[in-house]
Amino acid sequence: MERSELLACRDVSLGYEGQNVLTHLNLSIRAGDYLCVVGDNGSGKSTLLRGLLGLLVPQSGEIWRAPELRRGAIGYLPQQTRAQRDFPATVYEVVLSGCLSQRGSRFFYSAAQKSAALMNMGKLGVLELKDESYRNLSGGQQQRVLLARALCAAGRLLILDEPITGLDPAAAQDLYKTLSYLNEKEGMAVVMATHDLGPALRQAHMVLHIGRGGFFYGAAAEYLASPQGRRFKEAEL
Amino acid sequence: MSLLQMFSFPFMQRALLAGVLVSLCCALLGVSLVLKRYSMIGDGLSHVSFGALAIAVALGFTPLYFSIPVVVLAAFFLLRMAGNPRWNSDAAIAAVSASSLAVGIMVISRTTGMTTDVDNYMFGSVLAMSRADVALSVLVSAAVLVLFVLFYHKLFAVTFDESFSRAAGLNVDRYNTLLAVLTALTIVLGMRMMGAMLISSLVIFPALTAMRLFKSFRGVVLCAAAASVACFCAGLTASFVCSTPVGATVVCANLALFLLSCLIGALRR
Repeated sequence: MERSELLACRDVSLGYEGQNVLTHLNLSIRAGDYLCVVGDNGSGKSTLLRGLLGLLVPQSGEIWRAPELRRGAIGYLPQQTRAQRDFPATVYEVVLSGCLSQRGSRFFYSAAQKSAALMNMGKLGVLELKDESYRNLSGGQQQRVLLARALCAAGRLLILDEPITGLDPAAAQDLYKTLSYLNEKEGMAVVMATHDLGPALRQAHMVLHIGRGGFFYGAAAEYLASPQGRRFKEAEL
Repeated sequence: MSLLQMFSFPFMQRALLAGVLVSLCCALLGVSLVLKRYSMIGDGLSHVSFGALAIAVALGFTPLYFSIPVVVLAAFFLLRMAGNPRWNSDAAIAAVSASSLAVGIMVISRTTGMTTDVDNYMFGSVLAMSRADVALSVLVSAAVLVLFVLFYHKLFAVTFDESFSRAAGLNVDRYNTLLAVLTALTIVLGMRMMGAMLISSLVIFPALTAMRLFKSFRGVVLCAAAASVACFCAGLTASFVCSTPVGATVVCANLALFLLSCLIGALRR
């Protein structure tokens, strides 16, 4: 059976105020995909994610979204801001705020949304931290809480922006495991921008490399054989 | 002098009513402003409202009717500056603060001269609240309270994480604007009594105090509201008993409570 298409970029150019950051990009994300977006700092990884999320309107081309992803039903894990790290809020309050997109114009959360929040906290192993303050958690725990929040919003697609920045190696490993679990067992499509090529390449099905010399878009194994990938491999040795 | 006697004066009744409402609103809005790192906006707005007040008096307008639109406009402007990465936003806000203060003083010195009026604008006066001011305070405070309760969850989401809220389809700019406009209104109303130099501490202190003591957002909001109202009542009473200016006394009460909460926070560790 052909897996249904969730998101597709057709000849898309993205940028700010007339300056193109990415040009002529073609990309398709299907249900159950795992795509890593790699590239140097400032190459446009975050810009691409903003485009996929619908926060940035393409300057040309089209970003098509499956109907089920409209109205903000994409689970997004943004980069953490400085202000967030010492924010006084309980884990439950943070995760529940992920249900915001399904609430529409209603003012308060329904019982179903509250239990969905609890379920996602259980899935990510942060249920026992429910009444803890977000600011007292370790970096890895904070990231799990934000991932639980993203799951509340997500139907079938997670978009993560540098999720392991600032995590120690053990916590990063943990996060990768969780992501593969969600991808394999729950069929959640994952799009992740990352610096951490090694583990990312072991897990991802597809790789999108953004660089000055153009794109590479293909399977993870092909990437290692490509000119962009070879450079990385040499650096690794 | 007994407390009962103190509140037999109509001006004290007005001050109490308006002050409690304004400090309640300041505390609620303050939690979001402080957490979003927008504390300077509150300070900037109070200086702009001083300038606006001076111009209104010089031109013979009713101060509130002139100040409110000017300060609301300034709120839009300051918010844009704070959100624009290309601006050095805290420097820009500091520049706006100082300039509007300077314009206000220039206007005053060319018209009425530096009288006790100026002193009242700067540092507040318990006598400043007229019957109309109180009516307007009640109206605006009611609006702030209703909007805050209705949009509580959305304000939380926008305060905690703008990028996520945007991706979830929330109109973040609209909520930021709402926050700025409500802050502007609250500051204009509170300024006459608390003084342009002191009103911003009413926005900042309760939130800081509550953040030391509580770990949930809801706890912080409720504690900030309670702390703000309590400090205002204590400050008003103390200012009456000791004949000190009400604005400064309330700020000192807030400072005392903040230091106390720091102590409690440190002991709990």
